[in-house]
Amino acid sequence: MSEYKTLYLSKEDSVAVALSEIPEKTSVVVKVGQDDLAVTVTILEPIRFGHKFAVKAIEHGADIIKYGEVIGAASAFIPAGAHVHVHNLEGKRGRGDKIAE
Amino acid sequence: MTRLLNEKMQFWGYRRQDGRVGVRNHVLILPTITCATQTAQRVTELVSGTVTFIHQHGCAQVGTDYDQTARTYAGMGMNPNVYGVIVLGLGCETHQAHRIGDEIAKCGKPVETVSIQDHGGTLQTIAEVAKIAVKMVQDASMIQRELCDFSELIVGTECGGSDACSGLSANPAVGRTSDLVVQQGGTAILAETTELIGAEHLIANRAANDQVAKKAYAVIKMMENRSIQMGVDIRTGNPSPGNIEGGLSSLEEKSLGAATKSGTTRLEEVIDYAQVPTKKGLVWMDTPGHDIEQLTGMVAGGAQIVLFTSGRGTPTGSPIAPVIKISTNTPMFERMNENMDLNAGTIVDGTETVDEVGRRIMDEIQHVSNGKLTKAEILKQHDFGIWRIGPTF
Repeated sequence: MSEYKTLYLSKEDSVAVALSEIPEKTSVVVKVGQDDLAVTVTILEPIRFGHKFAVKAIEHGADIIKYGEVIGAASAFIPAGAHVHVHNLEGKRGRGDKIAE
Repeated sequence: MTRLLNEKMQFWGYRRQDGRVGVRNHVLILPTITCATQTAQRVTELVSGTVTFIHQHGCAQVGTDYDQTARTYAGMGMNPNVYGVIVLGLGCETHQAHRIGDEIAKCGKPVETVSIQDHGGTLQTIAEVAKIAVKMVQDASMIQRELCDFSELIVGTECGGSDACSGLSANPAVGRTSDLVVQQGGTAILAETTELIGAEHLIANRAANDQVAKKAYAVIKMMENRSIQMGVDIRTGNPSPGNIEGGLSSLEEKSLGAATKSGTTRLEEVIDYAQVPTKKGLVWMDTPGHDIEQLTGMVAGGAQIVLFTSGRGTPTGSPIAPVIKISTNTPMFERMNENMDLNAGTIVDGTETVDEVGRRIMDEIQHVSNGKLTKAEILKQHDFGIWRIGPTF
């Protein structure tokens, strides 16, 4: 088990934040608060400081949750441990480009 | 340093004719038109104690766009950090210097108006404005600071150059400070409507009444509709490339972090850009997310001090209000130290709590109100930008 610092903000969250660079194939433990069940995630690709990784598999089109709130939807299937960012997360607000003619 | 939660905080400020209190004592050379900004700049180079700002507005503006620019100019002049104002016009512009001057004079401070066309050109105008400024600066220097309550303060809050730490460290810490300012009977301004899209329900749930909640949803809808009318993904402009580099993936994610600046108190009112709050407590000013435009709106709305959190780092300051810049992470605080005043990265490092940093920011507000200079003031970072809501004709 690693010493990599992560931040998992709410039990409902589907992502956690890396507070240091995490190399691929590393196992990290994320947990909310002191008493909650810890989840072990195997990181699939390098995660940079401040970036997010999935703590569980996220279906294509499903909402992505951080702070216990919706931060967007998955634009592809995201396996647990994958980097979650603009390549697989689409914001749902302020999307003038999505309005049909 | 420990302080009792309910201990009344005070600072040494400049009491103005209209009862408001300044933390600075500037003489402002206020150009109402872009054509007069260079002349105004020359005067500030000649006369110590004067400030001005460069901008590109003041002519061929109409309707609500005209009104918003006029309100911003007048608000800058009326801000209690300003002792007196010399309003400088060219002469033929839509934003006539004498009209702005008359508006500012209503608050009782010294105001003079000068027009470049009336004075026969740049050099004569520089001489005329400089002569007036010399007297005004000397008069200003005779004003003594007096002991004032924190309830007199309007503290603006903003974030710019956000990273993934913003919503975890500096913004929640500023939220704590916002709560403490409100607890002292003061006013805290939450701004940047764009960066509340996706988090509006969390703020609206704290509204003082239904009308305030309705206005909160209304300003969000208007801002979101602007991007929809343009047929664009707002993400092409916000979150910005730097935000994305820092790990923020969507506007909603950025907003949820930005909203923590508002703390936990009741939302008293939602006000227009550059409008002076009519209530104490937490107030939401409808501004864009653009750093300088929201800063200018809050200062024109009477904020004497602004708290500005940044993850990527920023030099931003105001010509008349001290801007306390707070880093979200320790590496940037060290890398851009000449620009950053406080470090909230200690929260991410695990060496300080949100509450402790919130209190440290509160202490810094007191020091800066008493006269301690911020990094942006020392570096003469006199930024100014108006949120234009109509085209130039």
